[in-house]
Amino acid sequence: MSERLDVRKTYKLVIGGAFVRSESGRAYAVAGADGAFLANAARASRKDVRDAVRAAQAAQPAWAAHSALLRGQVLYRLAEMAEARAVELGDQVARAEGVDAGAARASVARGIDRLVWYAGWADKVGQVLGGANDVAGPFFNFSIPVPVGVVGVVAPADSSFEGLVDALVAPLVTGNAVVVLASEHRPVPAVLLGEMSATADLEAGLVNVLTGRLDELGPVLAAHEAVDGLDLTGATDPAALAALAAHSLTRVLHAGPPATPEGGLRRLRAFVDTTTVWHTVGA
Amino acid sequence: MVEIPSRSRVPQVGSEAQLRTVLAALSGVDAVGVTARAAKLATRSPKRETKARALDLAIAMVDLTTLEGADTPGHVAALCAKARRPDAEDATCPPVAAICVYPDLVATARAHLAGSPVRVASVATAFPAGRASLPVKLADVAEARAAGADEIDMVIDRGAFLSGRLGQVFEEIVAVKEACGSAHLKVILETGELVTYDNVRRASWLAMLAGADFIKTSTGKVAVSATPPVALVMLEAVRDFAESTGQVVGVKLAGGIRSAKEALRYLVLASETAGSAWLEPRTLRFGASSLLTDLLLQRRSQRTGVYARREHVSVE
Amino acid sequence: MSSEPNGQELARAGRVSRLGALEYAPAPESAAIVSLADAYGLYIDGHFTDPERHESFSTLNPATAAPLTRVARASAADVDAAVEAARRAAPAWAALPGAERAKYLFRISRIIQERQRELAVLETLDNGKPIRETRDIDVPLAAGHFFYYAGWADKLAFAGFGSDPRPRGVVGQIIPWNFPLLMAAWKLAPALATGNTCVLKPAETTPLSALALADILEQAELPPGVVNIVTGDGATGADLVGHPGIDKVAFTGSTEVGRQIQRRLAARGLPLTLELGGKGANIVFDDAPLDEAIEGIIDGIFFNQGHVCCAGSRLLVHEGIADEVLRRLRRRVDQLRVGDPLDKNTDVGAINSAAQLARIEELVAAGEAEGATRYTSACPLPAAGYWFAPTVFTDVAPAHRIAREEIFGPVLSVMTFRTPEEAVAKANDTTYGLACGVWSEKGSRTLWVAQRLRAGVVWANAYNRFDPASPFGGVRESGFGREGGRHGLEAYLGV
Repeated sequence: MSERLDVRKTYKLVIGGAFVRSESGRAYAVAGADGAFLANAARASRKDVRDAVRAAQAAQPAWAAHSALLRGQVLYRLAEMAEARAVELGDQVARAEGVDAGAARASVARGIDRLVWYAGWADKVGQVLGGANDVAGPFFNFSIPVPVGVVGVVAPADSSFEGLVDALVAPLVTGNAVVVLASEHRPVPAVLLGEMSATADLEAGLVNVLTGRLDELGPVLAAHEAVDGLDLTGATDPAALAALAAHSLTRVLHAGPPATPEGGLRRLRAFVDTTTVWHTVGA
Repeated sequence: MVEIPSRSRVPQVGSEAQLRTVLAALSGVDAVGVTARAAKLATRSPKRETKARALDLAIAMVDLTTLEGADTPGHVAALCAKARRPDAEDATCPPVAAICVYPDLVATARAHLAGSPVRVASVATAFPAGRASLPVKLADVAEARAAGADEIDMVIDRGAFLSGRLGQVFEEIVAVKEACGSAHLKVILETGELVTYDNVRRASWLAMLAGADFIKTSTGKVAVSATPPVALVMLEAVRDFAESTGQVVGVKLAGGIRSAKEALRYLVLASETAGSAWLEPRTLRFGASSLLTDLLLQRRSQRTGVYARREHVSVE
Repeated sequence: MSSEPNGQELARAGRVSRLGALEYAPAPESAAIVSLADAYGLYIDGHFTDPERHESFSTLNPATAAPLTRVARASAADVDAAVEAARRAAPAWAALPGAERAKYLFRISRIIQERQRELAVLETLDNGKPIRETRDIDVPLAAGHFFYYAGWADKLAFAGFGSDPRPRGVVGQIIPWNFPLLMAAWKLAPALATGNTCVLKPAETTPLSALALADILEQAELPPGVVNIVTGDGATGADLVGHPGIDKVAFTGSTEVGRQIQRRLAARGLPLTLELGGKGANIVFDDAPLDEAIEGIIDGIFFNQGHVCCAGSRLLVHEGIADEVLRRLRRRVDQLRVGDPLDKNTDVGAINSAAQLARIEELVAAGEAEGATRYTSACPLPAAGYWFAPTVFTDVAPAHRIAREEIFGPVLSVMTFRTPEEAVAKANDTTYGLACGVWSEKGSRTLWVAQRLRAGVVWANAYNRFDPASPFGGVRESGFGREGGRHGLEAYLGV
């Protein structure tokens, strides 16, 4: 008998909670680090960017309106899902990044731990980034961090899962929705994370994952007026994208901070605004 | 539970300013508190014999409704048959309270319900938007009355209410009430468009002061219909109105109520908030179509001890 | 069309229109989900052990006064063993990366959620509180506390207590009987997150949920000795507090015992947090959202049979609406269902113990003797077990015992006020200072009042709200230290 042939997986885009091929019908061949063919990934178009942003806009208000505790629990659930599929993730990270199995597993584990770390922030950012302000006058004055809205993320080109987690999860913690442009040459772990988000109680549209050509999609995403924040961690030409984002005063994180606690907090801060409330105090 | 005073009466509203004063004096509603209270009551559940009786009561409170552009005399006739005898297989099942149709189908319903206790209700006053002049609305009512409607479900002018023309809303209700004659008047507040609980409370009082026999949540034609907190606020309003005036006004919950479970929760809300005086079809109604089917299935399950097959209940 | 005679239709229509009041019929939660052993040992160093002297005591179901099971009484030697186990476990636990400690706490939180129904039933059996409360409040909040503090374990550098805050070491924790599982969570979660090891002593009358928690810690594979649970009475608690191997003491309970503990520890300068009694005032202004205020008054005093340190046991109502509020309040009190705590429709359960019932009865008698007017719900009470019907006192003077002493039962004392200043003065007329409620649609005045109230917690248009993210604790003789939120970390961190 011949050896069993694998059943190969089709990697699709994640838009609005659905797994779809590009509306353009295009795909591109993704090779592993060894140069061998790995998969055909969907090659998203500008219309896919438009659809993904629209889905993110629709999903974001309800996500932000959830209690912070619930957001934390949902993100923790995402970590549970990722842990359950850690072998698959490790396998794909190894192929994509060309590292050995042990290093890939360790990288996935760090990514999952990072996800848990972020989950724990959900009901604490308010206490750390906000607070009461002692103004001179009969007012109760307090500041609260509020999400900016839709955050476009250009995922790191090299770190296909661990680095992706940092960029993708940080905006979610504080109540934003994300549209992720996956690493162009290492897109598979991003699609897997998008799949997991669909089973982790994250409402459809909160996490959208697009695969394709960065030079084609990046400018469309950066210039989109409904994108309120832009993480340029994986951008090849961040200055150009940042310039496009300026038109609609988009908040831009120019370069990815390190995966340290301080770096993570910087990512959290990048995509919140502060609302300060003054309330009179008087009988 | 409610102490209904014997010798008080509904205050006469002589001017918009006076109406405004009366409504402004009502206590505000804290949205968080009222939502929490409704959620808490939703965890109460009647069991066994009480549940069986509550299901029968809910069936008897249904205003079996069809308000579609595609309504036909044939459809209304089928609905009437179901209204009289909801469970074809069980003669102990009570009939529903009323059939609710557009004015042009009132005569059809009347004919098919002849001699039965099921009442005929008709929406009127340019249902559902209410965007017509008062004479047109009154003509609508007159047509329904002439065709034999026992109950009129009118809509208030939400635009007028939201822009503060309370006198206009009041006068319209008074005029429609007069046109109703002996027919019962249900005033639809369309709470989904009033949005705030404070508005729901004020509109409830406005309608009651103007002579409503029932206050009703919704037309069923906008995105948000009856919700437990809205029902709670309206039940508090009829309770307080009865205590201060001696007048018992009914509540009709309409739109979006599809399951027996929801209906029983509303019965709990009514019982705990307004009291047992509201636990009868004279003072509490469900405006619904598909709800009846689920009530009948639950009723059947309650009797047989097994979950029922949908086909035991006839289609309309 | 139906050809049935109309008379029958009419008869059927008539029959259902007389339902009367909606009695719910009994809806008891099955106790079968809980399987109790005949006796329980002490949880020391990762396993259940027999107490050194083989002494035990019964824990009762207060709703029936029938014994549930027997529980070990820890001696000084047992406490010693527990503290030693905690000491042995302390270095490794403290050295564990915060992220790994977090994972244990997340596990515990998840297992509590998974076993929520069992825990709710167990708590109701042992404590007497309604299943609706254990199911909807105690157990979810306990899980929430572990989840919340799990998130802090690897973020302590951002909590505002220095860049590298250290644990205290071994903490001795004593919890009361009113929220047994929840208080265990309030104590353990922040202590573990910050890297301390614990010896926890549950209350004598309600040890079972803490012992179930021990089983949960096992399932979570928490290292042995990190949490030790010693059951017993006041003597066990005293042994724990006085133990030289303890680095910090956290106590929730009565003000009197809190005083004794502080005195006992005075010489050693040991870090101490105390969460003690209260005589909370619920202040209702004439512009309050009235229906919600009534519910808040009810929740404030009848939640958990009034066995709540922050209970709104004093109602201060504006004179202009006092009659209206009292009329509505009595009507609402009459609706409260007192009885089988396992029934899902029960509002008020059993008084936790005969001793507590005696204390309530004594203070209520004092209220009547001092001239206050008593209104007690006419609701039927079960024959067996410990019960007290919801009671409201009017014509209460600030000098009356029922206005000053913590009753810790379903008894409300009503007083009136005329101005905001008077409301604040009367609310502050107590040696306690745990919590107050303010009911008004006027935010400006609410904040003005809140700034002047001597209370650790002030709820506006709400009462008895708890959240893992929110600090809780008292001022004055209600104790010191905060539990919950970022502030709750402080007690367990050395600087």
